[in-house]
Order: sequence, then structure tokens, then C-alpha cells
Amino acid sequence: MQHFSILSLLRHGLRDHKGWRPQWRAAAPKPGYDAVIVGGGGHGLGAAFYLARDYGLRNVAVLEKGWIGGGNTGRNTTIIRSNYLFDKSSSLYDHAVKLWDGLSQELNYNVMYSRRGVLMLAHNVHDVQVFKRHVHANRLNGVDNEWLTAEQAKAFCPPLNISPDVRYPILGAALQRRGGTARHDAVAWGYARAADALGVDIIENCEVTGIDRDISGKVTGVQTSRGPIACGKIGVSAAGNSSVVMNMAGLRLPLESFPLQALVSEPVKPVVPCVVMSNTIHAYVSQSDKGELVIGAGTDIYTSYTQRGGLHIAQHTLEAICEIFPQFRRLRMLRNWGGIVDVTPDRSPIIARTPVPGLYVNCGWGTGGFKATPGAAQLFAHTIATDAPHALNAPFTIERFRDGYLIDEAAAAAVAH
Amino acid sequence: MLLIPCPYCGNRPEIEFSYGGQAHIARPPVPEELDDDAWGAFLYARDNVRGPHRERWRHLHGCARFFNLVRDTRTDRIIASYRVGTPCPRVEPL
Repeated sequence: MQHFSILSLLRHGLRDHKGWRPQWRAAAPKPGYDAVIVGGGGHGLGAAFYLARDYGLRNVAVLEKGWIGGGNTGRNTTIIRSNYLFDKSSSLYDHAVKLWDGLSQELNYNVMYSRRGVLMLAHNVHDVQVFKRHVHANRLNGVDNEWLTAEQAKAFCPPLNISPDVRYPILGAALQRRGGTARHDAVAWGYARAADALGVDIIENCEVTGIDRDISGKVTGVQTSRGPIACGKIGVSAAGNSSVVMNMAGLRLPLESFPLQALVSEPVKPVVPCVVMSNTIHAYVSQSDKGELVIGAGTDIYTSYTQRGGLHIAQHTLEAICEIFPQFRRLRMLRNWGGIVDVTPDRSPIIARTPVPGLYVNCGWGTGGFKATPGAAQLFAHTIATDAPHALNAPFTIERFRDGYLIDEAAAAAVAH
Repeated sequence: MLLIPCPYCGNRPEIEFSYGGQAHIARPPVPEELDDDAWGAFLYARDNVRGPHRERWRHLHGCARFFNLVRDTRTDRIIASYRVGTPCPRVEPL
């Protein structure tokens, strides 16, 4: 692996930057691996990296049907936060936030993690009560989150319109200062490069079409568009397509896949210093380092795999943003796109063993998987390598939907959708 | 935005409708005899198919009636629309 540093940048600069090599090999599938990860997004690549680095499992392949980071990893709005209500969720997400802290150094790759703060706006009495409850629940769990009055929120984020004359005036806000953003592509590339350096094969354009099992039911390999691959363990980290892959092993999961959209404006000078979210009127905005406003819209109401959503969904979000930031009315939107998110009934993820021996799944992250990337990847690697969950992901099983131990973040409204 | 053929009213824009998820999930006739696995599957597990999907819709801001669609989730193309209580039209397999 070429090490990135100020010295390597200088050295290559003197040679006209002609000496850079590809950051990972274009691997062709071998006949067999110890473990195969299905899905080359941040979660899957990260799991392969932690398997190789922390669990000594280096004979590993990541199979990606498209290109690395071309799914939801490259399609999200890059928000990182951990201000979830329930103990189980906040410890899971905060584990990830702690890993974001040192990730650029660990991977020797700048993921541009920026702790700029996540501001969640309250517009009615219910919001105020719920957010204060969140602030206290988070405080008891050692997760930073604080309550701001409308004036304090405006001081933290000056372009906010806190006028009482709008349809849904801002009554206050919850602020998680450790929250922020990161460069999503760099996360996929950084994990891919680091995993490749440890011997992991990253195989693009390789779609899994079947899961092979022996007479006892244990997995023995996968069928792919590039031929069969034998393996003892399969970790499925396929986001919106999780149901499709798991169905190949005869499993029917508590998941539905919905399109979720995002859009960006033309680039402007720095104007939004933090991430601003409003669950009530559904606005979700931050500003990229290029200057574009990055805006997250809602999910469509129907299940779909099309990776595009309805225009009226984006319009609804833009109306909300124009109310909070009237000065953005004149901005033009440059691009919009969609990703397919796999949503569980309780809006909490599944990182678990499955009833099929040798088959593991990391899915159900719904509309908020990016923030958890390093944590989910590490816990998934732990679950695959030791055939048992880590304490942090032990509650996030498939069986909770049988036993009734739901982690109901949907009702807790820490999730926008 | 989808243009949805309500079997009672004809083609209407998607914003007039609400979505009811996968169709033809029958409530168990004798619920007290179900074990936890079967209850969990009934309440939460879904086919979530990539391909022709049979699903419930309600023409909320129109006739307010429930009906079923077959829609290809790979393209969002609507293949068939039929009333509740009538059998699902034959759909070519994947």
C-alpha cells in the first residue's frame, strides 16, 4: 500500500503526479474463501477490513454487483450523530461516533470527518417535550446532546429563520456537538484500500445469484455472475437488496425496501455551519466542502428497487427548507438521486447470526446507515468471526420480531422517516 | 409520481392514494393457536420482492376504497389493478 502523507504528496508532486497507483487491486474471484461479504458499500468493506485486521481472517472477498460505494454509501447525505433515545440504540450509534474520531488515521485515508454539530429543530410542544426527553436520556447514557432556545439555535446557526410568523415556528432545538458529516466516497475507498492491503479481494461487477448449502443446511458457497465461489461463512451487507439475497437462503426478513432521495444545490459560499434537521416539517440540510447544500428528502410511500423517487417528495422537503431558510428560495438545485433503503418495522437495524449456519446479516439500517458505518462494520466482523454477537449488537437480532423485544426508534422519533 | 389506475375511478395521481403494503396476507383464522414464530412472521416478515409485487392501495382522496395493484418494483410499471375480493390476475413469472 502506498502510504499517504505530506511527504508522499510532495514526492509525487515533483514527478508531476504520474506515479500514483490504483489504491486496490482489481481482483478476480478465486475458487474459494474463508468468508465472503456480499455488498461492497462502507459496511461490507469495513467488515472485511476489521475481519482481516482484528480477527486474522485474511482469506476474504467482498462481492459487489456494481462498483465500490455505488449504492447507498455514495447516495446518502453523510450525516453522523448518535442522539438516539433508547439505551441499546444510543450505545450502538455512539460506538460508531467514537470510531469516526480516529478513522482517518487508522485507514491513512482522509474521510473528512467534520464535527460541525447536528441541530434538530422543535416546532411544537410535543417536539419540545420529546427533544428534552432525548437530551436527558442521552445525558444519562453519556452521549452529548443539549437543549437550545430558539435564540441560542440562531446564534449557533445564523441563517435560521426563527420568526414566530411562519407556519411552524422554531421553538428551540437539540444540539449534538459531536455530530457532523464525513466524505462518504472516501469512507468506501479508504476501507477498500486498507482491506486490500491486508489481502482482502475486492471483486466488483460480481452479483450473487444463489447461496449454496450442504445437507445439514450450512452454507458452502455462493453462485455469482462470475462463477461459483466456495466459502465457509457469508456476511450479507446488501442494504436495499438484503431481502433478495437472504431469500436465496430461504429466509424471509422483517424488511421493506423504499426509495430515499437526496439532492444538492449549486455551490455557494459557506452559509450553513452545521447540520440542520427538522423531523416535523421534514427538512434535512448541510453544506458540503464544495459549497453545495446537501438536502435529504423523505422516502416514497411504496416499496421499490428503482433508485429514484417521486418529485413531489423532493418538493415537500424544499418547501420546508424554504420556510426555515427563506434566503435559499433563489438557489437552484443541480442534481437529485435516490437509493434503496431497507426498513425494519421498529426502524432499528439487524446485525446478527441467522437461522442458517454460516450465514450472517447486517441490514435494516433504513434511512440512517451511513452514520453507523465503522461501528456496524466492526460489530458485524465480530459476529462473523466469533459466530456470536458483541454485547453492543446482541439486542439487534432477527428474533426480536418473534420475541417482542423491539427497539422502537420509529415511535421515539430520533429517525426522520 | 405514479399514475395509479383505481379500479373504481380510473387513472389518478399518486398523491390521492395511501399505500397498504404487501397484499394477500390473511389474518390467521384461529390466532390463539399460532406459535410465536408464526405470529412474528404474520406481523413483520414481508416478501419485499424485486419484481412483480402484489400490494394494497387505498384511494384515500377519491372513492376511499381499498384495491390491489401488481407493480414491478424494478421499474415501478403497474401491471394490473384489481378489486379486493377478486383473484389476482396471472402475472408472468420473473
